[in-house]
Amino acid sequence: MSLVHRYRNNGYNIVLDINSGCIHVVDELVYEVIGLMDQGLEKEEIQNQLVSQYAEEEIRDALEECQELIDQQMLFTEDIYENAIEQFSENHETVVKALCLHIAHDCNLACRYCFAEEGEYHGHRELMTYETGKQALDFLIANSGSRRNLEVDFFGGEPLMNWKVVKDLVAYGRQQEKLHNKNFRFTITTNGVLLNDEMMEFANKEMGNVVLSVDGRKEVHDFMRPFPKGAGSYDLILPKFQKFAESRNQDKYYVRGTFTRHNLDFSKDVLHLADLGFKQISVEPVVAPDEADYAIRREDLPQIFEEYDALSREMIQREKEGKGFNFFHFMIDLTGGPCVYKRLSGCGSGTEYLAVTPWGDLYPCHQFVGEEKFLMGNVWDGIKTPEIQKDFRHCNVYTKEECKNCFARFYCSGGCAANSYNMHNTIHSTYEIGCELQRKRVECAIMIKAALADEN
Amino acid sequence: MKHIKTLNTKNLQNTVKKGGCGECQTSCQSACKTSCTVGNQSCESTK
Repeated sequence: MSLVHRYRNNGYNIVLDINSGCIHVVDELVYEVIGLMDQGLEKEEIQNQLVSQYAEEEIRDALEECQELIDQQMLFTEDIYENAIEQFSENHETVVKALCLHIAHDCNLACRYCFAEEGEYHGHRELMTYETGKQALDFLIANSGSRRNLEVDFFGGEPLMNWKVVKDLVAYGRQQEKLHNKNFRFTITTNGVLLNDEMMEFANKEMGNVVLSVDGRKEVHDFMRPFPKGAGSYDLILPKFQKFAESRNQDKYYVRGTFTRHNLDFSKDVLHLADLGFKQISVEPVVAPDEADYAIRREDLPQIFEEYDALSREMIQREKEGKGFNFFHFMIDLTGGPCVYKRLSGCGSGTEYLAVTPWGDLYPCHQFVGEEKFLMGNVWDGIKTPEIQKDFRHCNVYTKEECKNCFARFYCSGGCAANSYNMHNTIHSTYEIGCELQRKRVECAIMIKAALADEN
Repeated sequence: MKHIKTLNTKNLQNTVKKGGCGECQTSCQSACKTSCTVGNQSCESTK
């Protein structure tokens, strides 16, 4: 198993030391030296192999610099985490710290790619009552152990269709957090159709993050996100989202879009959103069954890779001109970032993150809602299927063969369990196209850091 | 160094002992609802 990942992008030679997370930008010579070291060659053999192209002294210098990094555990660092994560999963009490509250299984749009089937989730249209929501918050507090920060996302369907319950639940949460020494972080994901000034004002006061669904260019957005009768929704929602983003000082929100096979030139959609003034942007590839006409196919990958490259170059340019913006999937924190446990245990679905249906049933996450074999219990009786919880708890990069040799394993933490289940009928696998895209995004994210560091 | 520019010196191995408090944000609560992007989340205890 290789301990380093070497790649070239946008004129940079980059070496990622996988297990320490250290990133080195290197010249041509060191790039070759590290490649040969990775093949197991001794220093003398490397000297002999490169002496026809480089001066002997230069090669010696390069080898010394590499050795210095190895001594500091910044290059060819061994993976010491497998036992640590197993012990961690085994010894740590499982607590619930985040709920995705399906406040409305109903929607006022008919998006073509909706995994929630226009809000119905293989079920029927229903709004969550205040009583059920209140019980969900009680369940969260009761099962959160010593965790102080508790997250509740108002999700749907379209949560603004049940706005009064959202407001009442926030009020209830604020009251309860004081009594139990907790801190609720509320968030909401909306399509914007019903959004009004009162809602914005409330969200700005109470919501730590808002996710605003918009796909990018008008024609792209309107094709995939129409009203049930077919009209596009772009003109209605866009000005409201612009106002909302401004009112939040261009922070603590995301405009979030989905790209599909119909807009493989999605970098134009990201830049369209940036040109409209949005500073926090997330545009993700659709995850869809193979037969869907909009599903991403393997043959689309080269074009998508080029789009990510083009977007990276443009983002560097804009950053240098003082017009930079954040792209969620290129964000990478090189100075802080999550600890190794977070990186290995992933999103927490089925363990610390659960979804709650309008009638109070618990599922491992929003994407499993409606899959009856993943029904875990309900907010009144608690978790009734500890075996499902255990299965999710022991699902990490070391239990997935595909992840063991992947350089990006500390960035995606083994990928999305729902994607794996939808593609392979098991949570213990990976969604290969998603993996390819993830690896490309990590490469781009690192390259952007290299380019901006170059500037400073 | 002449040939190598290191962008970060933070070593992931150092987080084995201190990490795991679990107070950080769940990734699907930020902006990804259909993938699993964890590497870009920030650490609550170093904020």
